[in-house]
Amino acid sequence: MLLQALAFYVFAAVTVASAAMVVVSRNPVYSVLFLILAFFNAAALFVLIGAEFIAMILVIVYVGAVAVLFLFVVMMLDINLTEMREGFLKYLPVGAAIGVVLLAEILLGLGVLGSGSVTIEGLDKAGAQVLAVDNTRAIGRVLYTQYFYLFQVAGIVLLVAMIGAIVLTLRSRPGVRRQKISDQLYRPKDQAVTTVKVPTRGGV
Amino acid sequence: MYADLIQFFTTNWLGQAIVILAQCLAVTVPLLVAVAYMTYVDRKVWASIQLRRGPNVVGPFGLLQPFADGLKLVLKETIVPSSANGILFIVAPMITFMTALVAWAVVPFDDGWVIADINVGILYLFAISSLGVYGIIIAGWASNSKYAFLGALRSAAQMVSYEVSIGFVLVTVMLCVGSLNLSDVVLAQSGWFWSWFWLPLLPMFVIFFVSALAETNRTPFDLPMSEAELVAGFHTEYSAMTFGLFFLGEYANMILLSAMGAVLFLGGWMSPVPYAPFTLVPGVVWFALKIAFLLFVFSWTKGTLPRYRYDQLMRLGWKVFLPVSLGWLVLTAAVLQFGGWVPKP
Repeated sequence: MLLQALAFYVFAAVTVASAAMVVVSRNPVYSVLFLILAFFNAAALFVLIGAEFIAMILVIVYVGAVAVLFLFVVMMLDINLTEMREGFLKYLPVGAAIGVVLLAEILLGLGVLGSGSVTIEGLDKAGAQVLAVDNTRAIGRVLYTQYFYLFQVAGIVLLVAMIGAIVLTLRSRPGVRRQKISDQLYRPKDQAVTTVKVPTRGGV
Repeated sequence: MYADLIQFFTTNWLGQAIVILAQCLAVTVPLLVAVAYMTYVDRKVWASIQLRRGPNVVGPFGLLQPFADGLKLVLKETIVPSSANGILFIVAPMITFMTALVAWAVVPFDDGWVIADINVGILYLFAISSLGVYGIIIAGWASNSKYAFLGALRSAAQMVSYEVSIGFVLVTVMLCVGSLNLSDVVLAQSGWFWSWFWLPLLPMFVIFFVSALAETNRTPFDLPMSEAELVAGFHTEYSAMTFGLFFLGEYANMILLSAMGAVLFLGGWMSPVPYAPFTLVPGVVWFALKIAFLLFVFSWTKGTLPRYRYDQLMRLGWKVFLPVSLGWLVLTAAVLQFGGWVPKP
């Protein structure tokens, strides 16, 4: 129990510290790397509460795919630090406003949770009912029954977004010679290969 | 006396820590020896393919060659280019090497011979293998050299592309097993060698193996380090042991993906014939033999095939493997559902 508490505080502290470093550090590449560290420690926190499936998905999706693309883009940018800091005062009110709204939402959520309309005991009971099987199976059961349509809708939204991104970035350039795989495959054998009998250790 | 010892190692936290440490060493040390000899076997196989002898000077049959190479790398000076980003430049090879090693925590060597028998073993393997790309990207960026950067970009794009099809292969295997635990995956394949998953899922096995070649940046997909155009790709600027860690990490990754192939498709520790005397051979020997076979195929491909062009590589990943593996996934699900073979939890 002591070890768990210790692990929790270590992971939580690193998560918060690296999240702060994402915002504070001057080099955007460092920011992305700290973001990855924060993802990792969040995954470790999920493991600590026994949600190993979500932890693994967090690592696979966010660290393994999303953050790689972030890093890709950020590394290719021509970083100019003075130019980046120019707009600081201009954007400060907007950023602060968003931060205040998010903080208010979190506090509101905690207040509702504490006020008794959604009790912690109720959550615990639902949790115990679900956790009779391991949590991968439990998630699968609700995801493909109760939330089936929402799950499918989420998938379609992502698909549409992907198609949209492709349509927006696709441009047809004239004068490009493309490799036609089918033409190559349908070439008759006698036009493509000659067979030479080579003696072993003799060479061609 | 023994009862005391057993109690110490099973209940006391210090005893448990010692046990875990000993387990980690018991996996890591043989793995590192295997990595060292994999470099030797690799060179011997290419040599035979090209009618040469390969390393044969240091020790009998050149058997001490890997240690000579290792010693040389350790003793050389580590050069950090003056325009490189010092910390990240040193950290990158460590990440590559670490990610290749930590994945072994969930690999079952025999029935019950596994450090962490976690429920989401397959996902853990997939998660860790998707991290290997960071070592490469960071190395390319931190080197501050155009060759290294181009190599890193190629490598990252390639690994991300082929991970998608590996993911679908893993999902297909999960469907057939009904569990994400790697020991369950092996137990689901018990029986004769034709009941292992390589035969019923043959197209997926082929896709998995080719994707594994691409994941480990091996020929015919070794564009990230194609020496004719990019010097040595992402590790152009690396020397001595920092290069050594990349090299060892690459081989450890190859062994890891072979182990994944052995567990998922070749029945893990199962013997090919489920009767004595074959079942008397320890499971770990069969497992090692299967890994060795897959590693031989790795070397064989490297000695045989020419390098892909980059657009062909991307075409193969996105336009061939992705649709085929997705289609096979749907087909497997349909066959399991309508054939009544859905595994019971």
